Amino acid sequence: MCGDPTDRRSFLRQVAGAAAGGVAAGLLPSCVGERLRDLPRDEARRRLARLEAETRARFGREVTLSAQEAQPGVVFGYALDLSRCIGCRRCVYACVEENNQSREPQIHWIKVLAMDKRRGIDLVHADAYYNPPAVPEDGRFYVPVQCQQCDNAPCTKVCPVRATWQEPDGIVVVDYDWCIGCRYCMAACPYGARHFNWSEPGLRAAELNPALHYLGNRPRPMGVVEKCTFCIQRTRQGRYPACVEACPVGARKFGNLLDPGSEVRYVIEHKRVLILKEELNTMPKFFYFYGT
Amino acid sequence: MRFRLFARFFVGSARVVTRGNALYWGWLAFLLLLVASGVLAYADQLDAGLSVTAMRDPVSWGFYIGNFTFLVGVAAAAVVLVIPAYIYKWGPIREIAIFGELLAVSAIVMCLLFVFVDIGRPDRFWHLLPPFGILNFPSSLLAWDVLVLNLYFVVNFIVVTHLVYCGFARRDYNHRLVWTLVLLSIPMAVSIHTVTAFLYNGLAARPYWNASILAPQFLASAFCSGPAILLFVLQLLRRFTSFRIRDEAIWKIAELMAYAMFLNLFLHGAEIFKEYYSDTHHLLHTRYLYEGVGGHHALQPYAWAAVVLNVAAFVLFIIPRTRRNFVTLNLGAAATYLGVYIEKGMGLILPGLTPDTLGEIYSYSPTWTEIRVAAGIFAIGFLVFTLMLKVAVPIALGRFHVDADPAPEPRAGGSEAEAVPPVTAAGT
Repeated sequence: MCGDPTDRRSFLRQVAGAAAGGVAAGLLPSCVGERLRDLPRDEARRRLARLEAETRARFGREVTLSAQEAQPGVVFGYALDLSRCIGCRRCVYACVEENNQSREPQIHWIKVLAMDKRRGIDLVHADAYYNPPAVPEDGRFYVPVQCQQCDNAPCTKVCPVRATWQEPDGIVVVDYDWCIGCRYCMAACPYGARHFNWSEPGLRAAELNPALHYLGNRPRPMGVVEKCTFCIQRTRQGRYPACVEACPVGARKFGNLLDPGSEVRYVIEHKRVLILKEELNTMPKFFYFYGT
Repeated sequence: MRFRLFARFFVGSARVVTRGNALYWGWLAFLLLLVASGVLAYADQLDAGLSVTAMRDPVSWGFYIGNFTFLVGVAAAAVVLVIPAYIYKWGPIREIAIFGELLAVSAIVMCLLFVFVDIGRPDRFWHLLPPFGILNFPSSLLAWDVLVLNLYFVVNFIVVTHLVYCGFARRDYNHRLVWTLVLLSIPMAVSIHTVTAFLYNGLAARPYWNASILAPQFLASAFCSGPAILLFVLQLLRRFTSFRIRDEAIWKIAELMAYAMFLNLFLHGAEIFKEYYSDTHHLLHTRYLYEGVGGHHALQPYAWAAVVLNVAAFVLFIIPRTRRNFVTLNLGAAATYLGVYIEKGMGLILPGLTPDTLGEIYSYSPTWTEIRVAAGIFAIGFLVFTLMLKVAVPIALGRFHVDADPAPEPRAGGSEAEAVPPVTAAGT
């Protein structure tokens, strides 16, 4: 993880303010762009209110835009039961609806890979575009892949402007207003978890989920990168991610890794757990397991 | 006084670049046409987003970044001429090192433009620039690249403009400044290319790039492609101006290129051996490049063309007789340029990203918008290079200086050999 630049920046602001005098110091924050996390609290609140009003006006609907912070003592973890998943892709579309992904062109944060049982987990022969009349297919099993929320994340390391970072509760987020769209993070991610808005995202007002989070599901502009945030707008309020709720076979487990009584801790301690591309030392907080 | 001198330099230079024959103006018009087409294509891209390119999530970098990578090599190659010229005081090359640096400056301009057109939010470019923005240094290799490329640009620009300006003012250049910067520019040339290699090299997610042979190979191929362009430029210069460039110098450059090409081929071969013999999952990317995978053969013809061109160039340049024959010399230079352009551009980016990290194969090939934007950027680079040469050459020849306006145009349809200068209508 990169060092927190907040101190350096507030120092810079002081220096610049002192040099330019009182008037300039008052104007500075409005003409120097910054990530929301760098702003003083009251100013962050004002920017949030402004963004909320803009979104409301754009979609003609009531919306709430939160920037709720991580709860202390919480690090989120995810576990996915490969022996249960039937490859129905309900998680994929629940995610799209919850997180306001572009419908045209389609952006999916979850990709379900169909694999041959004889080969085991083999990405080289994985099929992401399976389309049989019914799932599960004989001889195949399914591996849904989304952001693995790595502790040693290659994507945050390479970002040239620190537009993406890991939050204290372990979620890797993007500030869509700071990302310059260089896509270096997409080259660095070993899981194909990052997606780019190649054109203006197509999202109709009727499709909008109005409960928004600044670092999560708020509508994105063209030309920036987005990714799964464990449904930050839900999970920070104690709810499950949309994909967990949508799964018809209960293959998806979610909880606080620091809570010894959580389901995800139970899975890690009692099941055969595996990590995707473990050799890359990305230290995901997303665990695959065989429940049965 | 100083200001007056500068004003005269400025006005005089303006006069030099606005004088030329039909060929010169035709060349400029051709470049400007390409620039205009590129600007229009880029306007479409700004409007509709990068969806007008063929890039998509599985192949998120393409033609732009490929060209960027190739041109960093061209920029770095100025050092090939600077090292022997300054360190070993090797006469024949010394007089032409300045053209290498002009080439470096033009190439860096193109590099920065290629990065600029590739980003999704060019309006946020300033996010990279402290104190207004945040540069993720030292963590991001892209931050390193931004730093070294700009520094390299500044260093070369200062050296070149200082030398040219002193030539104009007819005074000795500042030896301490020039020597310091020239000595600095040598490790910097190595560093811009090393850093650019590390940009790819550091990504464990992409096994094709995640090989430590990448940086040395980048350098080796750069020392082929940069001088290849110079070989043409130097021949044009002496053909169309009275600038004296000895055969010896050109042959020496070709000889150095042969060694660099040998190293390049050797390093490439070492990587290919490792991939095929160990035969792991990582081999897939190399196979995609040379054989095609799962019915996708888009890169195969280009990959083999690059191998053939590079080997042919090596053979032509290592044999003294073909090196000294200007027909085979030019063939070799063209082969080098094309071979390295394929190998270091799309031949590096596409197999690195294909198949993608989850095994998907997306066949990328650039759209017309990408090609037009790229052609526009190359045209800007050539324009910068042409205009700089137009000023630098008559100064170097002593025809344009503080006491003398540039010589007037030769008579139309001039019978003299140096009357028809296309790129470098220099002293005329």
